[in-house]
Amino acid sequence: MDFGFSLSPSSAIDLDKVDLSLYRRLEQTAPDIRNCIACGSCSATCMAASYSGMSVRKLILNLQRGADVEKMLSCCMLCGKCTMVCPRGINTRKLILDVCRYYSKKV
Amino acid sequence: MKESVIIIGGGVAGLEAASQLLALGLSPVIIERSDHLGGHVAEWYRLFPDLSPAQDLIARLVDSASGARIYLETEISRINALKDGYSATLNNGDVLFCKAVLVCTGFHLFEAAKKEEYGYGIYDRVITNRDLEHWFGGAEDERITDNPKAIGFVHCVGSRDVKAGNTQCSKVCCMTAIKQAIELKEKFPESEIYCFYMDLRLFGKKYEDFYISAQKDYGIHFIRGRVSEVSEDIEGRLLVKAEDTLSGKPLKVRLDLLVLMAGMVCHPQTARIASMVRAEVDDDGFLRSRDNIYSIVESGRKGIFFAGACTGTKTVPETVAEARAAALSAYRYIKGNA
Amino acid sequence: MIYQGKQKIWSDYQKEIPDNHWFYVRSCIRQNFFPASEKYFVKIVRDVLGKDLFETEHHTTCGGIAYHSDTIPQETAMTIVARQFSLMKEAGYKNLVTSCITSFGNYCEILETWREFPELEARIREHLWKACRREFDKPEYVAHASDVIYKLRGEIAEKAKIRLVNRETGEPLRVVEHIGCHYSKMFPHKGVGGAEYPCVLSGMVESWGGKVIDYPERRHCCGFGFRQYLVKANRGYSVSNTHKKFESMEPFHPDMIITNCPGCPYFLDRWQYVIAEQTGKTYGKDGYGIPALTYEELAGLVLGYDPWDLGLQVHQVAAEPLLDKLGVAYDPAKKYLGLNEKDIMKPGLPTVLKCC
Repeated sequence: MDFGFSLSPSSAIDLDKVDLSLYRRLEQTAPDIRNCIACGSCSATCMAASYSGMSVRKLILNLQRGADVEKMLSCCMLCGKCTMVCPRGINTRKLILDVCRYYSKKV
Repeated sequence: MKESVIIIGGGVAGLEAASQLLALGLSPVIIERSDHLGGHVAEWYRLFPDLSPAQDLIARLVDSASGARIYLETEISRINALKDGYSATLNNGDVLFCKAVLVCTGFHLFEAAKKEEYGYGIYDRVITNRDLEHWFGGAEDERITDNPKAIGFVHCVGSRDVKAGNTQCSKVCCMTAIKQAIELKEKFPESEIYCFYMDLRLFGKKYEDFYISAQKDYGIHFIRGRVSEVSEDIEGRLLVKAEDTLSGKPLKVRLDLLVLMAGMVCHPQTARIASMVRAEVDDDGFLRSRDNIYSIVESGRKGIFFAGACTGTKTVPETVAEARAAALSAYRYIKGNA
Repeated sequence: MIYQGKQKIWSDYQKEIPDNHWFYVRSCIRQNFFPASEKYFVKIVRDVLGKDLFETEHHTTCGGIAYHSDTIPQETAMTIVARQFSLMKEAGYKNLVTSCITSFGNYCEILETWREFPELEARIREHLWKACRREFDKPEYVAHASDVIYKLRGEIAEKAKIRLVNRETGEPLRVVEHIGCHYSKMFPHKGVGGAEYPCVLSGMVESWGGKVIDYPERRHCCGFGFRQYLVKANRGYSVSNTHKKFESMEPFHPDMIITNCPGCPYFLDRWQYVIAEQTGKTYGKDGYGIPALTYEELAGLVLGYDPWDLGLQVHQVAAEPLLDKLGVAYDPAKKYLGLNEKDIMKPGLPTVLKCC
């Protein structure tokens, strides 16, 4: 029967149910991912940010919340500006390459 | 005869001030309303940033102040200004004469039960930072289970909160939360620990190293967003709802223990003492110093000095420094008058 | 759960509710959804407990629905309310009791606004005079009808014919209490028990022998919200809120829900049908739902009135499993008979939710 409306999906993040397997892998291969304080220096200098929504800050946040990051990564130009400015000294370029490696090999 | 200084409060500030006054050749008298010296720090386990044991500090302070006359479980009923000093009437009937009064009444921990939505005193697994320090020090607490799989810290409980009646930051709780998170992770290495913060205030020497270590070595998760409510699910675990402001979405997680970082408010007895010495209460609830940069230990009234958290939130090193400054100011005042 | 912690909070939020001489104002919609609730409130307070409850046929809506749906400005709602106050003054009463919880919130909000802005109150007096030559006094006390039943719960418990105990298990009945949002979320001190742990309904349930269940989404709104619900395309948002509440209370297996608002039992009752049709899931045992009752219906059951006189047949979710658990005597054949046992025909049955 068509009621003319249906249940709305919830956007709430349930931390007990998110899939953190990729984040856990990166904690092994690129351990300085843990040091991120979400200051946004990387997003501020990112060349791709204003055209695509790419941002290392959002990448790390999405990894920590189990959300998908593949689409965002396709816009990264690997210029390295984010690595230059990160105040916590995270090797963001290696992090991005590690995530790309995961998606290309799906291993 | 040595000139006497009455010190109201036997916590860190009072003890350090007494020890300095003894070294300067004066005769301090400590009036403490509880049954022990050392104030709040005596209940603490380890102090940041060196994680030195609080009991060592207190033992050292008590030892160096042992030459002072000490009244425990005593309160002051009345203080009268005399021509060249003050007289204090204690509630046990004694009357003491002194040349100067040092107010070291300290702070009071915000009553976490007032934030009803966090369920302190209602849900079985919600504790405060002070309860956790007691547990670290060896006290029993049935609210802390044997193997908590997920633990949460709520920053700013009773601080920076108009609804709680205290808009000020309590300064030390962010650092204490990180310290306690690290200590809990050492006790329960398999647990996930979440700190829910609005801002992180880590201003002092080596504080940022603590934060970096908490993230990098201990894997503690920091979630920027406020906890809105806490409830219990069918298994007795706490269901905590918060806002994840960085992703702009509501967030929920089930925890086995929630630690509320209760803030510092001025001790309720301080207003009574303030009226006795005719000191002013500032609009943040704490006592008003003569100014906030050069003369924090002075009250503006002759012979009345302040030290420690009675004028505003303080860390332990700041309290010790102020106690020494207040002792020296009192000494100079007394000798100047003589 | 540390019960004493809740009791301490309840003691901070107690109200001095008067126990007699009330002026009753009815709800716009309750008599459609729960036909006997208001009738039984009047009957219990007047006839059974012998109190003075007065209502006049000249009273109207309080304007709350229109105000919350953004169709009339606040001043119009205030003038309508002012007329209600003038009717109360004419009848010589000082205590106002409202049937609807949104009304209660509306009256409280208006009185608070007048307290902070006396010039607005003066303007409304002028408006009322120009509109219908009436003058009014502000009531001394505004309460909700559930506050009155809460106050009189002890007297009702003394006259009770049944206790809220599950006959099948011998345990107290597991009751979920749902408080309307406008009761204490706006002004926590106007609600008994405050906003986080209101005790107006749990006090009733416990004094009548039942046990109140706390579950994670207890404080959550049912989703009624006027302007959300009135537009059909938005109803998905409303029903999702009720769905969230049901998903949260399901592991606790409650026997019934008690509410004190017109819209909330309407939602909690009717949406179980919609959720059953859309998701195939029901929340009671064996395909039944969880009955959602108003506090007057529960008070009536406890005092021994016939369930069909109390209007329980009009509920979407069948109340029979609950009546069997409580041991209430009822005649299934008389369920859909009208006045004087006239046959008024049965309603159609839903496909998923079991209704009888």
